[in-house]
Amino acid sequence: MTSVRRVSAEQAISRVRSGDVVMVGGFGLVGAPLTLIDALVETSDARDLTIVSNNVGEAGRGLGLLLRQGRIRKAIASYFTSNPEAVAAVNAGQLDYQLLPQGTFAEAIRAAGAGLGGFYTPVGAGTLLAEGKEERLIDGVPHLLERPLRADVALVHAARADELGNLWYRGTARNFNPLMAAAAGLTIAEAGEIVPVGGIEPEAVATPHLYVDLLVGAKRL
Amino acid sequence: MSGDPRTRIAARAALELEPGDVVNLGIGIPNLIPGILAPDAGVVIHTENGLLGVGPRPAQDAVDPDLVDAAKLPVTALPGAAYFDSADSFAMIRGGHVDVAVLGALQVSAAGDIANWAVPGRDVLGVGGAMDLVVGARRVIVTMTATTGAGEPKVVPECTYPLTARGAADVVVTELSVFRLREGRLVLVELLGGATLDDVARATSAAYEVELG
Repeated sequence: MTSVRRVSAEQAISRVRSGDVVMVGGFGLVGAPLTLIDALVETSDARDLTIVSNNVGEAGRGLGLLLRQGRIRKAIASYFTSNPEAVAAVNAGQLDYQLLPQGTFAEAIRAAGAGLGGFYTPVGAGTLLAEGKEERLIDGVPHLLERPLRADVALVHAARADELGNLWYRGTARNFNPLMAAAAGLTIAEAGEIVPVGGIEPEAVATPHLYVDLLVGAKRL
Repeated sequence: MSGDPRTRIAARAALELEPGDVVNLGIGIPNLIPGILAPDAGVVIHTENGLLGVGPRPAQDAVDPDLVDAAKLPVTALPGAAYFDSADSFAMIRGGHVDVAVLGALQVSAAGDIANWAVPGRDVLGVGGAMDLVVGARRVIVTMTATTGAGEPKVVPECTYPLTARGAADVVVTELSVFRLREGRLVLVELLGGATLDDVARATSAAYEVELG
């Protein structure tokens, strides 16, 4: 077994290229990889990014900082409303967007990580969010075809990692992080604490190490 | 029932919950229910950001930044609680494992259609988990004031706002009354807070039947 590559936040973020699709974990700021987001804001020039994250941060916090820099071309999310500046950017035509029901958003990321071409869900059928989507009756109930959501890079936060890159999450900070860790070409995890192998019980590993490419120490637990 | 209309609505909605129910609470009026439920009510609260077994709000000095509900407000976890990721959480919801969703709405139609996520011409770009919840939960209880701030009825013949889902509502609780959807019929079953049949008629533009208790 080889240890996961440990790098600084700046080194890890240098792998993000202009035009990339970047997944960012967190429900609001809870479980958001704030150390990596800070590095993306402060040390990277990557532009025209497509951000896949449940919220686009908050005004001036988390991904909200990247939005203020005008580096997000498109955002795919379930709830832009947490950041009034994101709503304003959409209405001003400065930010392209795709809005998905939260369960569809989560499952589309899971599907990508699981190698599936999509799935049918009854959620959203007959609503504005069904526009442009294939609808199909399954057992008499209208379902929508939803496509997988993949990324070039995923940024995730875990409370604890071991030196192999196994991840353990705390409380409701888990949310989208394990799904995103599986759905990107390059997964960068930040962890509040990095422990020797064996420091996380195998049963408590929520993201097995094979999903994690680069590991960064986080500035907070 | 006393107090402000929102608390009265939440208190009446809480009476719909049965011991053993797994319940998801929306933002706003539904989130008043934990403060109203008796501790021995036997209701298990699910929050879609990944926790089954939500406990009371913590004291200010006991707030855990990794522990919030869907409104992003601090909560606690009860003994026996479980954490899970967002895909599992919505699998529970869509899969019919959450018994009850209590949520607010902008409009409910006579057929039980719900509109609760967008107002035309208004800067709202968030759907969150609302569509998943109304489709997946086995019972859907809508809690809302009977009319808008401008006095427009919210129980309407057809929703004019963007739909969340068709035919999803089972119960509608306002400060004036309780409606039930029975096989596609909208039925007024209870008057609340001293409201009269005339009060409900004035605040409701949908057609409904009356079958008081």
